[in-house]
Amino acid sequence: MAGERGPLDGVRVVEIASEATAYAGKLLADHGATVVLVEPRAGSPLRWYEPFVDDVGDPERSLWWWHHQTSKHGVALDLDDPTDSRRLRALLAAADVVVEAEAPGRLAAAGLDPAAVRADAPRLVWTSITGYGPTDERSRQPFTDLTLLAEGGPVWSCGYDDHTLPPVRGGGGQAFNTGAHYAVMSILTALLYREHAGVGQRIDVNLYAAANVTTEFASYSWLVAGQTVQRQTGRHAAPNPSFPTQAATADGRHVNTGIPPRRPPEFRAVVAWLDELGIAEDFDGIGVLRLGAELDGEGEAGNVLDLAQIAEDDLMGEIFQSGRDAVIFIAAHVTAQEFMLGMQQRGMASGAINSPEEVLADPHFIARGWPTPVHQPELGRTVTYPGGPIRFGATPWSIRRTAPRLGEHDDTVFGSDGTVRFP
Amino acid sequence: MGALSHLRICDFTGQLAGAGATKWLAAFGAQVIRIEDPVTKGRWDILRGSPPFKDDRRGIEFGAGFQNHNVGKLGITLNVRTDRGKELLAELVRRSDAVTENFAAGVLERWGFGYPRLRELRPDIVYVSNCGFGQTGPYGTFKSWGPIAQAVSGLTFTSGLPDEDPAGWGYSFMDHTGGYAMAIAILMALFHRVRTGEGQWVDLSCTEAGAALHGPAMLDFDVNGRPMRRPGSPNSNRNAWPAMAPHGIYPGAGDDEWIAISCRDDAEWEALRTVAGAALPDRTAWASVRGRLDDQDALDAAVAAWTRGADRFATAAALRAAGVAAAPVRRPAERIDGDPATGAWPLWPTVAHGAMGDVRVDGLPVHLSETDWDMTTGAPLLGEHNDVVYGDLLGLSSSEIDGLRAEGVI
Repeated sequence: MAGERGPLDGVRVVEIASEATAYAGKLLADHGATVVLVEPRAGSPLRWYEPFVDDVGDPERSLWWWHHQTSKHGVALDLDDPTDSRRLRALLAAADVVVEAEAPGRLAAAGLDPAAVRADAPRLVWTSITGYGPTDERSRQPFTDLTLLAEGGPVWSCGYDDHTLPPVRGGGGQAFNTGAHYAVMSILTALLYREHAGVGQRIDVNLYAAANVTTEFASYSWLVAGQTVQRQTGRHAAPNPSFPTQAATADGRHVNTGIPPRRPPEFRAVVAWLDELGIAEDFDGIGVLRLGAELDGEGEAGNVLDLAQIAEDDLMGEIFQSGRDAVIFIAAHVTAQEFMLGMQQRGMASGAINSPEEVLADPHFIARGWPTPVHQPELGRTVTYPGGPIRFGATPWSIRRTAPRLGEHDDTVFGSDGTVRFP
Repeated sequence: MGALSHLRICDFTGQLAGAGATKWLAAFGAQVIRIEDPVTKGRWDILRGSPPFKDDRRGIEFGAGFQNHNVGKLGITLNVRTDRGKELLAELVRRSDAVTENFAAGVLERWGFGYPRLRELRPDIVYVSNCGFGQTGPYGTFKSWGPIAQAVSGLTFTSGLPDEDPAGWGYSFMDHTGGYAMAIAILMALFHRVRTGEGQWVDLSCTEAGAALHGPAMLDFDVNGRPMRRPGSPNSNRNAWPAMAPHGIYPGAGDDEWIAISCRDDAEWEALRTVAGAALPDRTAWASVRGRLDDQDALDAAVAAWTRGADRFATAAALRAAGVAAAPVRRPAERIDGDPATGAWPLWPTVAHGAMGDVRVDGLPVHLSETDWDMTTGAPLLGEHNDVVYGDLLGLSSSEIDGLRAEGVI
């Protein structure tokens, strides 16, 4: 764990603990920054986020906390206590980067006005993450991952063909994760500018805005064409209905079937696959599918089934449809993993729909060393953490240390004489 | 002056997972030189000619996605199959701080521009390659795009309702997020370089960047042995971490109208009851979060029966005023033109595009006080900046550039 060289070695960060800062702080810390995580003396409410080790609720047993606070150091302070507030102010002024997501005005009320701290520390990069921006009243009202994704656009695009079912919020706290990505991009941009020009700056990250510009077609279909996308099961929301790209497999799982066969070699490969499985004659469309396999050429450029031709030529349309049907038919006869490997080995994109635990067991992720064993002192054994998002050749991601216990680094960071020191 | 105006990027990225990363760099002033293939007229990036279209005008200069993801970049054509093309690419690399691409694994190497060669050309070069599964491993050669990376990384599975198929994401969440991870990779490597003088190769796998977003679920499995694939799971409209109830997406009055509501604690539940009044049954067991979690189906049915009767915007406003997290599920029009806050940010800047005219695009959800982003020019037309780059940057005369055109090098 210790001893790794990260791209952010030597960068000193103060993070005021919040659901909205957690992943940003982790990205910085796992890449080498020294992150001091500040939480209330009574412990951050985030320590009470499930799941807990053995389901026993305890502020040192939250797995949510363990994941999000890796590689950070931790101190406990009460913002409203004048002595603690002074200590925190000294810590903030000594930092390169501050990351906080307090409601607008909250820190100023505690004597920690960002403008005043920055006036004393002009090289400081101060990052404020808010729900809706610093001046929008909604930033002072309650919001959650769910309400941000609902209001910001992602939810409108996600769900099922059956619109009597509600639209769906994607799991995993992605409104906050997307905000965290934008926070880190902003911080790095500001740090690069600081290396060049010598000054820090104030960064505002708006979570609602971040969701708004993370919806792909939904936004720009409206912006350029005035079109409204409609949600569909397991595939892109679109102004007009499209064909399914998700199929059930023989092991009770699902796959993304990718783009259907469009070139003669792909049709030939699918026919051969059906033959190998001994199910070719069980497939209703086998006759038409074989016509696709008999088309001339290798399908470079001109011989790809042309969408206009598919629309105008009944036979070409039938051939194209038989390719779609054939891969869905094959999926029902093999496992999700067999389907993905079978498609990919035949040159066609496809993906098994994995649960998170299935990712940890996947041979590709294991071969790349992605699941990350970490000694967990609370358990006296090794725990497998998710690996990093980015693979640096010279300055690797790593989990430097496990999440801090409450007040673990108070004495390291705060001297009895009122001084502060980054670990 | 932009925050990154001192940097030049030799950019082969496309689609969104790659182009989204260098869009950020360009918005902060970096000179991003986007290289396209003259032989296929840039169609490696299928978004160049893909819908949606403005004014229904079609062709490689009219794909709105391409335009959205490439604002502010320079565009040149270069045929790297030719010897002269390779020489010109080498000259560009020598003058660049970073080389970026999201081809399938190994493409640059086959062209003769793998990392060892790039480092020969410029010892401190930052090279970031981005593909679905990374440059190594059993799936290293597999084809991928957003929905595939979402499937394999767990993101599709974790989005859905119980007893239904996975709902997944109705757009390429991992193209956006792969782009964010790639921007972070480029910026971190450049930061390390400015501090130490050392460049490096960064291998970004979009499936790994996606899988990294499931930490608590993975630890729950490793530590507690609890898989997410189990009966009744997942239900991603509910919330387990932290436990909240009610927490869901409920119908509003009207067709396909919905409202999201989260009660984070018992006080917020009491506040919701006050807003709903007699429309909600009074059940003692529901006073505690434990009681509500244990009876969530009945609780959700009762909340839905109430919300169904009123306009979702009005219900959300009343709940917010009472201190309860709530929001209407907004349609694109309702958040883009119907919410003045996004326009005022400004989240939808208008850029000038050489063929499409004025077009609104996705802006950035951040502001930097000293060096904010700027988007004014649209995506480059195919080869639009050949004269600027080959002439001003590489020092070729106009007759030499004409010769390159004639020979099919650019």
